[in-house]
Amino acid sequence: MSDDLLSRLPYAVFLGLTGEETDQGVRVAMPFADRLIGNPMLPALHGGAIAALLEMTAIVQVASTYPRLRLPKPINVTVSYLRTGRPRDTFALARISRAGRRVAHVTAEAWQADGADPIASLTAHFLLQEQNTQ
Amino acid sequence: MIGASMTNANLLSILPQLASGAAHTHALGFLYEGLTDDKAVRLRVPYRADLVGDPDSGVLAGGLVTALLDHVGGMAVWIAMDAFRPIATLDLRVDYMRAAAPGRDLLAQARCYRLTPSIGFVRAWAFEDDPSDPVAAAQAAYVVNGEKNAGSPS
Repeated sequence: MSDDLLSRLPYAVFLGLTGEETDQGVRVAMPFADRLIGNPMLPALHGGAIAALLEMTAIVQVASTYPRLRLPKPINVTVSYLRTGRPRDTFALARISRAGRRVAHVTAEAWQADGADPIASLTAHFLLQEQNTQ
Repeated sequence: MIGASMTNANLLSILPQLASGAAHTHALGFLYEGLTDDKAVRLRVPYRADLVGDPDSGVLAGGLVTALLDHVGGMAVWIAMDAFRPIATLDLRVDYMRAAAPGRDLLAQARCYRLTPSIGFVRAWAFEDDPSDPVAAAQAAYVVNGEKNAGSPS
């Protein structure tokens, strides 16, 4: 389900994202690719790619939890960068803290070698809408 | 381009490279658009189907808007420092006010409104035509001065 959804979202395809259902939610992987590099000197992943991975992970988590709703739209997102993103595979998991009738609050974390050492975290609100409304 | 005369010529000459020279910014198609009269730095990302978030709407992905705002914000810090030195995004908040118009290029501009010895504070906007009608607005902080233990390089 989550992998089907990611393969339908052009920007997720651009980033090379794949999803896997786990008992903690949808684990999204962003395999390393040269086009994700933001700083060639270190080298390091671009912060924007990491932010996009976190946001897509949150979207997929909400969409897989509420499959009858439209794709959730971000209202706002806050990303904190904790460590340099190394040129290697990156993973993310999201957790829905609360979903009301209109708004869901979601947190997500991204990591590389060790899930105990996140490289970035996200806090976000998404707008929830029925399929037949704009 | 009035502000340009106040900016280091060496920095000015590499701004296009800083806009799109890294693999990620090149792949996204970022373009340097210049400095505004009041010295905000401006970038453009031409609309492309592979940068869309929701295929049903054709609207550019929120993650792309975030990447654009992160990057233009970092460029604003370099302009405030009047030099190209390593910086790292500490955190970034983006408010999405409305969907970007499908099929339209997206512009972004940013200003570093306060630079301390360790942190650059930035506000940035994304829009199609007019920054007063924004698609999204960002507030971000960047670590300057080569701090090693925090942040993600822009």
